[in-house]
Amino acid sequence: MPVTNSALLSVEALTLEVNGHRLTDEVSFEIRAGEMLALVGESGCGKSVTALSILRIHPDPPISLSGGRIVFDGRDLAALSADEMRAVRGDDIAMIFQEPMTSLNPVLTVGDQIAEALILHRGMSRRAALARAGELIELVGLPNGRRQVDRYPHQLSGGQRQRIMIAMALACEPKLLIADEPTTALDVTVQAQILALIDTLRRDAGMACLLITHDLGVVAEVCDRAAVMYAGKIVETGPVDVLLGAPRHRYTRALVDTIPAMNPPGQRLPSIAGTVPPPGSRAPGCPFVDRCDAPTSQCRTLMPPPEEQSGHIVRCWNPAQ
Amino acid sequence: MTALLDVQDLVKDYRDAAGAPLRAVDGVSFTLAPGEVLGIVGESGCGKSTLGRMLMRLVEPTSGRILVDGSDLTKLGGRALKRERRQLQMVFQDPYGSLNPRHKVGTIIGEPLVIHGIPNRRERVAELLDLVGLPREAVDRYPHEFSGGQRQRIAIARALALEPKVIIADEPVSALDVSIQSQIINLITDLRARLGLSMIFISHDLSVIRHVSDRIGVMYLGRMVEIAPTAALFAAPRHPYTGALLSAIPRPPSRDGTPQRTRRIFLKGELPDPTNPPPGCVFHTRCPVAVERCREIVPRLDPIGADGQRAACLRADEMPGILDAPTRPETAVAT
Repeated sequence: MPVTNSALLSVEALTLEVNGHRLTDEVSFEIRAGEMLALVGESGCGKSVTALSILRIHPDPPISLSGGRIVFDGRDLAALSADEMRAVRGDDIAMIFQEPMTSLNPVLTVGDQIAEALILHRGMSRRAALARAGELIELVGLPNGRRQVDRYPHQLSGGQRQRIMIAMALACEPKLLIADEPTTALDVTVQAQILALIDTLRRDAGMACLLITHDLGVVAEVCDRAAVMYAGKIVETGPVDVLLGAPRHRYTRALVDTIPAMNPPGQRLPSIAGTVPPPGSRAPGCPFVDRCDAPTSQCRTLMPPPEEQSGHIVRCWNPAQ
Repeated sequence: MTALLDVQDLVKDYRDAAGAPLRAVDGVSFTLAPGEVLGIVGESGCGKSTLGRMLMRLVEPTSGRILVDGSDLTKLGGRALKRERRQLQMVFQDPYGSLNPRHKVGTIIGEPLVIHGIPNRRERVAELLDLVGLPREAVDRYPHEFSGGQRQRIAIARALALEPKVIIADEPVSALDVSIQSQIINLITDLRARLGLSMIFISHDLSVIRHVSDRIGVMYLGRMVEIAPTAALFAAPRHPYTGALLSAIPRPPSRDGTPQRTRRIFLKGELPDPTNPPPGCVFHTRCPVAVERCREIVPRLDPIGADGQRAACLRADEMPGILDAPTRPETAVAT
């Protein structure tokens, strides 16, 4: 199914606060149907909380949505009632998490866990929902789905559990899948299988996917576009090949340069000194200024405006050429 | 050059929760030369961490020999073990769990010096902090006051305190963010150059292993299936499991932005039950190029080609060419 031009999800100037400090600062991005967008950045930059806030499952309190809109399929999710939001979760938008063990209920069979969304959103009988669960288990690449429905999470390997999580997420054929580091806890050969599965599903079913990851290799392999987040702000967005091949923001460039695979074996790796500033101690200007290798006098006082060149957006006063 | 560390036919048997016997490490042998970094790579459950812990005798080997400068560590006990074990030190994955939160950094780094009765502790701790790039004021602070990368520096300083001949590092950068990961990899590279350190570097991350290692050993289900100099292993893997691992590494695009997409070798099925390993070659149940005899014959880790490359595969001499055969039904082309 081809990627269409209108956005399925449009996050507009999303601001999340904790104790009066901004966790995310006017974050904006769009995902079209059938598109895979990567949200990239180091720990503590706000990727996961952004993803959680789309489904409004961020810890509230202490974290509150203090500004912006989350427009999905023409509706602002931030303005929905709790009941209306419940109808969206697991139906139109589904999410998979990094840790498949703690995200599954240890005392329910995997069949019942997959069936839950079908019973709730599709009004299926338990029997029909379990039969469908068996089909979904086979769809995600586990053999003998009908036998697997009676198993418990502890009887499965990490890769199998992550497939069960994906089967749960896909139960209601969501339009958007949010995947938060879905393969980080998995071995590399299993990671390859899971990413290929997600890629096939979006190609065949036109599902859009927001992939949160710190692994730029994964981004290069499976994503169409990427948004780079730093200290709560999106600093660069663009098609993956352009963004990773010719990054313009100094942070993106430093991230790409620091990957061992981008450097000759045995040589010193370029590194980024310092750490991400925590919320509450971020300067008014560009949050990367203290770690940047080419700061200007303006950088400290004023956040640069977005500058666009054929879909490649960068916020930097002194971008790399 | 004689080997600094000579590991011969090391075996570790456990029992699983149900009491079934399980061989976690099965007849692993290798040597480590002075100043060399040997990478050990493999996926969860392959036995790489058990192997690392056995070298320190944190886990007792079931059988086999660990020769350090000619003396067998497995035969020693009491004071002799304490003396010889100084030659080996370990750095663990989790910089949060491996440092005592109630001790100050100076106490943590100085503890090995106290245990071994080494004088001038304060000066030595200050030197070690300099060596790993931490400020000297760190001695009076607690681990929680440091970031993950800094804590890993503390753990490395502690490991270096007794001037060991070999550092065994088990996933030392896996818990760190990429920007911090590169700082720790650089520290390891620098320390190697300055101190002539030898190292066993255990990791699941092939691109990190490739960056730091002179040679790489690949483990699968308790066995060493291939060992080779880094360049040879990447240029021409001789075991199909190595080939599959290499093909599974997600690659960033090249500098000009063109994506580097490779033919991916997908492994079928799951890791076999370690309490009931398959007969013959342990990899044959998932191998894309297994033939009938692989079900019966246990391949030995035999030399193949030049450079000391060894692979435990009956079809090693056909590798890696057979992995590229387009007719093979088990592989798919990544798009």
